[in-house]
Amino acid sequence: MAQPQNGVSAEDVKKIARLSRLHVEEDRLAPIAEDLNGILAWIEQLGEVDVEGVEPMTSAVDMAAPMRTDKVTDGGKRDEILKNAPKADDGFFVVPRSVE
Amino acid sequence: MSDLTKMTLSGALDGMAKGDFSSEELTKAHIDACMDGADLNAFITTTFEQAIEGAKASDARRASGTVGKLEGAPLAIKDLFCTEGVKTTAGSKILGDFTPTYESTVTANMKADGMVMLGKLNLDEFAMGSSNETSAFGPVINPWRNDVDLVPGGSSGGSASAVAADLCLGATATDTGGSIRQPASLTGTVGIKPTYGRCSRWGTVAFASSLDQAGPIAKTVKDSAILLESMAGYDPKDSTSINADVPDWVGACGQSVKGLRIGIPKEYQIDGMPADIQALWDQGIEWMKAAGAEIVPISLPHTKYALPAYYVVAPAEASSNLARYDGMRYGLRVDGKDLADTYERTRTEGFGDEVRRRIMIGTYVLSAGYYDAYYLRAQKVRTRIVQDFENAWETCDAILTPTAPSAAFAVGRKVSDPVQMYLNDIFTVTTNLAGLPGISVPAGLDKSGLPLGLQIIGRAMDEATVFKAASALEDAAGFTAKPEAWWK
Repeated sequence: MAQPQNGVSAEDVKKIARLSRLHVEEDRLAPIAEDLNGILAWIEQLGEVDVEGVEPMTSAVDMAAPMRTDKVTDGGKRDEILKNAPKADDGFFVVPRSVE
Repeated sequence: MSDLTKMTLSGALDGMAKGDFSSEELTKAHIDACMDGADLNAFITTTFEQAIEGAKASDARRASGTVGKLEGAPLAIKDLFCTEGVKTTAGSKILGDFTPTYESTVTANMKADGMVMLGKLNLDEFAMGSSNETSAFGPVINPWRNDVDLVPGGSSGGSASAVAADLCLGATATDTGGSIRQPASLTGTVGIKPTYGRCSRWGTVAFASSLDQAGPIAKTVKDSAILLESMAGYDPKDSTSINADVPDWVGACGQSVKGLRIGIPKEYQIDGMPADIQALWDQGIEWMKAAGAEIVPISLPHTKYALPAYYVVAPAEASSNLARYDGMRYGLRVDGKDLADTYERTRTEGFGDEVRRRIMIGTYVLSAGYYDAYYLRAQKVRTRIVQDFENAWETCDAILTPTAPSAAFAVGRKVSDPVQMYLNDIFTVTTNLAGLPGISVPAGLDKSGLPLGLQIIGRAMDEATVFKAASALEDAAGFTAKPEAWWK
């Protein structure tokens, strides 16, 4: 498989996984790095394109961001919002302890 | 009574209008077909009881003189659209038993028009895939086969398979890089992705927000126009929704293409293109000429950079969109030793390999120090691709290309290199990047008897020309082949 100029190492994969909130077993770090490097090598051909003075595309169709009146149009749906919660109690989401 | 499942949507709507049969009869015939076709694994969830109730209610509405655009038609919905009270999975384990308390705008439009929903259709997980094999609910099988089971394409594989096997009269689908058109090509069905912003994204599970667009998969070009007229329309709840009326697309079907300028992009002639596909493309050019269109050679010089740009932009947006799956508010939660560990375990068990791969690519290209080199550059390349099309529209009104670089392939085919799978979208992804409408029309069979599609691309907001050209292609191709019903 092709190698990108700026490839990722197993250590980088660990960092990316951490940022992505994904758990990766130690023995999977190197194979995933190889996978990502194959894709990154292919992506690097974008470097051939002359983008001097080209604006990045931000919207597929040219239109102004729509404006609306700043007023509440929806709400009062606590029970609906909690309906799919893995854990809920007394009108609240129940989450793991995050402050010791 | 003749087999009601063999009808087109248009024919079935006419039949109900004339009183030849009721929605209840039509719906029951399709439920039987769905049960016979269970081995295709096209559905994740079926809603047959509600469908019969819905059909009876539709018959009652018709009797009282209220007839919507899709009145009484049994249709099916890709399981990426949230449906009130019906489990919605996005083909993933991470949504668990998530049952929306609201309805997506697209399906709400269709329900208001009288649709009867048969169920929720299988798809690649979060619509990421080209073979429907990344679904947490197992692969969908293509009704077309040659000795072995074949994939229906993806990500809207359930939609394509269900329509091709006559399990429903039409289906919704979504297209981020080719997910409507490639499966349509691989199953002998019609699929259109409209201009970005025509269909509201509200209530549709997000993959890559600047590329995601809904559209139908149908049996004919006219059926796809009927469905799209119902699905599309302005929605203030989606800030990228286009505030424009939905034109008469059904009326555009069948109009003459005399004098229409059809562009043929030389860059779509790729190395290693199967001879059957090249021959079909040449045939398509002859058909359009014979119908009175003018053929114009054009150049879209940045075509080869479209897929690599897509594989920066789409994973970047996906990694952001999928950050919401934290196991706290809905869906799966896998308890860990602390909050961070719970997040990680939930997301690692909940997402499949391909989704995790794309989240990591996306996180990497957006991370400090790489944003300019990857994401910003890809968005500039995207502008170049838009400029290519703008130059082309100086000399042509629509573009004709193959839809996919291959016919359907075997389920479980070993793909060691993810890039090989990504190449399925080589002819479709450019229109997603530029936001343009594109349709796939079944045009012929390859040497082994599998369907192949041709694609028509149009200017932004000009679906009317796309439908006009597509119906001319459909008439000329006279594609009537159907797969043998081995699954019954």
